Amino acid sequence: MSALDKRRSGDNQPSGVALAGDYWRPDGRPDPLSEKGRIGIGAPLSRVDGVEKVTGGARFAGEFTFEGMVYAALVYSTIANGRILTIDRQEAESMNGVVRVMTHENAPRLNLPPVFLMSPNGAAGDDHPIMQNDRVHWNGQPVALVLAETQEQADAAAERIHVDYQAEPAMTDFELAKTQARQPDNVLGGPAEITIGDADKAFEMAAHRVDAIYRTPRHNHNAIEPHALTLAWVKEDGSEKESERDGETLRIHDASQCVDLAVASLAEVFGIDAARIHITSPFVGGGFGGKTLWQHQILAAAAAKLVGRPVRLALSRKGVYRVVGGRTCTEQRVALGADADGRLKALIHSGVVAMTRHNNLPEPFFQATKCLYAADHIRLSIDVADMHMLANTFMRAPGESVGTFALESALDELAEQLGMDPLELRARNEPEQDPTNGLAFSSRHLLEAARAGAERFGWAKRPIQPGSQREDEWQIGMGCATATYPYMRMPGAAARITLTGEGATVDIAAHEMGMGTATVQTQIAAARLGLPVERIQFRYGDSKLAGRVLAGGSQQTAAIGGAVIAAHRALVIELLALLGENSPLAGLTPDDVECRDGGLCSSVDASRFETYEQILARAGRRELSVETDAADSAELANWSMHSFGTIFCEVGVSDVTAEIRVRRLLGSFDCGRILNAKTAASQFRGGMIMGLGLALMEETLFDPRSGRVMNPSLADYHVPVQMDVPEIDVMWTDIPDPHTPMGAHGIGEIGITGVGAAVANAVYNACGKRVRELPVTLDKLL
Amino acid sequence: MQWTINGQVRKAEVDFRTSLLDLLREQFQLSGTKEGCNQGACGACTVLVDGDRINACLALAVQYQGRSITTVEGLATDTHLHPVQAAFIEHDGFQCGYCTPGQLCSAVGMIGELERDQPSAVTADLSANEIEWNRDELRERMSGNLCRCGAYNGITDAIAASLATEVVR
Repeated sequence: MSALDKRRSGDNQPSGVALAGDYWRPDGRPDPLSEKGRIGIGAPLSRVDGVEKVTGGARFAGEFTFEGMVYAALVYSTIANGRILTIDRQEAESMNGVVRVMTHENAPRLNLPPVFLMSPNGAAGDDHPIMQNDRVHWNGQPVALVLAETQEQADAAAERIHVDYQAEPAMTDFELAKTQARQPDNVLGGPAEITIGDADKAFEMAAHRVDAIYRTPRHNHNAIEPHALTLAWVKEDGSEKESERDGETLRIHDASQCVDLAVASLAEVFGIDAARIHITSPFVGGGFGGKTLWQHQILAAAAAKLVGRPVRLALSRKGVYRVVGGRTCTEQRVALGADADGRLKALIHSGVVAMTRHNNLPEPFFQATKCLYAADHIRLSIDVADMHMLANTFMRAPGESVGTFALESALDELAEQLGMDPLELRARNEPEQDPTNGLAFSSRHLLEAARAGAERFGWAKRPIQPGSQREDEWQIGMGCATATYPYMRMPGAAARITLTGEGATVDIAAHEMGMGTATVQTQIAAARLGLPVERIQFRYGDSKLAGRVLAGGSQQTAAIGGAVIAAHRALVIELLALLGENSPLAGLTPDDVECRDGGLCSSVDASRFETYEQILARAGRRELSVETDAADSAELANWSMHSFGTIFCEVGVSDVTAEIRVRRLLGSFDCGRILNAKTAASQFRGGMIMGLGLALMEETLFDPRSGRVMNPSLADYHVPVQMDVPEIDVMWTDIPDPHTPMGAHGIGEIGITGVGAAVANAVYNACGKRVRELPVTLDKLL
Repeated sequence: MQWTINGQVRKAEVDFRTSLLDLLREQFQLSGTKEGCNQGACGACTVLVDGDRINACLALAVQYQGRSITTVEGLATDTHLHPVQAAFIEHDGFQCGYCTPGQLCSAVGMIGELERDQPSAVTADLSANEIEWNRDELRERMSGNLCRCGAYNGITDAIAASLATEVVR
């Protein structure tokens, strides 16, 4: 009997971990770490960086210093389109402590930045030239940069720079822009329109119909750490004086969720070898899609070059709104046609989003609709309205967060029309395979998650009649909505494992922005190598480390997992090659062994065991180091791969003030194997809290006359505070996906999805007012 | 000019416009205190002055000479975390860690307010001599400290656990 068979027979708890292999193949074997009962997997380990974070020892990008460093402040344009006629920098340059003012007239020459999703090296938000000419492309574009000896001096001088513009007509009104909307070339690399059957005709003929327009506003990430960096052009030792410039390395402490991609982009912008740029980002004070490459990093590096001194550039909170794009606004139509049993005959989800001609992220609001419900006829489409504005970008669950608001609100409206429980309506339309691409689901247990959540939440007590339950002035209602986010594993990941007698180090150019990456990956490496977590060091946030891993798309856990699986195999192959004839393991192949108790062991004969220390010592090696690329993400072509969940919400709506209070919130998730119960619960809750913000308060106000963001501050852009957030209950199926590393799915983004609709549906259930425009503020209920 | 920070006298000559926040971060490299908005909206810069919590970004450094300033770096001893710090780790009261120093200073200052029986907006009986803390009291009193990662439940759990064990008192 093989070890695996023994495990399956249940008479032997798994203790060693065999090498993972072909989990991505249809007939492949699941990653052994996905099995139930794996020691350490799922354990609520406290964060490995906890002490640094609670003592102030964690150093963020704007907290590093270089000798001779100067501070930067930016001046932002006040028109949305046009030319700079003059910039008077005389007064600023004469002020105390001012070192230089950089404008398009004296900035170093730079190449255009490669744009995310438009270029293989693209980390940049848009492709506008950066302080290279007199053109202004959005209201808030940096037009001058002041360098001074202190931040106070730089800020004061920036106020004294006078700019005259020649404004030109600008498209800053979404209502006008959408009359000229166009279909984009693609949406996230896929088609902008998906048609199955004839949805319009089927809708017209359906017995029950809902047809409504839903609107969602612009949002900003508002990570509490404003974007900041400290950088220097560092001369390499021994370089010849006349060629010093060529020998310089650009050393950046950045707040980044894409260190390696940012290096690749900066190399193009500055026309230098990527090996000459080094970015580290050990701590990132929240990202949510916003901490990629924007003009401020490039301007800081250019300014440092101009004056030959290191530069600290910390954006003000207002500066973040001017320079770093957010989520764009959407206007979505959802039309549902169903028969008397609630089965969907037609599903239409179409609409228009604001974008610029210089980026390529049409907020992909139809992503969730692609996979959620079976319908005979489907039509999905996204158009873009070009505007003169800062390029929009990814923000937590781009597409799904706002798309599920529309879709799941419409489902609720249909359920009411049918006189059916909203959960039952969803269950009746549960698809057997992906409704738009026909692939089998790799792992879909949405109905189990919904049932378990409903039971714990007490969904059965939901009042059927809106406005029928109250406590004093409070009208009480419940709502639910489906949550979903895709599984992804992007190409480019690689990992280095270095083994010594003491333990192992795993190196990968990945990121920790609070998701728990460092902690969870330490647990995984420990389990895979059969070492205690104390003997694992997981290093990340450094562009010099192996691979290119984006902390985005909820894919980092899988991407790192895939790379470590590959490196683990390479490591074991090398270890076996080091064995002498005297080793008890002699003659075994990689698939004959398991890692356990700090060494290798035959998977069928526990007496054949040797520690890593013994293997290395016999071979006269102090350490063994391997670096390997992850296997291609073939699983994504074989299956439709998504996480699912159901959000349940109870609200109270005051019939005096129309104030809305979320009383209870529960998320029941199906996201594969959960790797750390403590950090996972925090990820889910954090996403759901951002979902409460989306539902009830968040809105970036964009002036349609000037194109200027009118509330660029945390005083005017409201995010949830303690008092807005109830105790949030989270639960999960913990059913591993057999086709992913660790059986896991990413969980960073699904939490925000579905929450907008769950809240709006609960508000409707409470007071009978259907709000189809986010945020659901009290004025919309009066 | 001189200040007493975490029990030590520190001296520097600074621009009169310098905020207490910038003094800590730029002059004394006490970068544990964070800048999130520089306008008193987020609470990331919360420090304790004679035990009371304030937003260091709204305080001019020159005004705080002669006062006792405690930052996150001053909460732990050489060998032990402050009980609230330990509880934040245990209850996952943070994710990215950026708002955390402000949350911690705010929590410690807030516990002092409870000890002094100072009422809050949710205190039922404003004239009561003793304030009974509950989770709503904690949430109300911690609402000046934003956490965008959404660690609010963990923060409340951590503070509640600290109060329940009474080791902080």
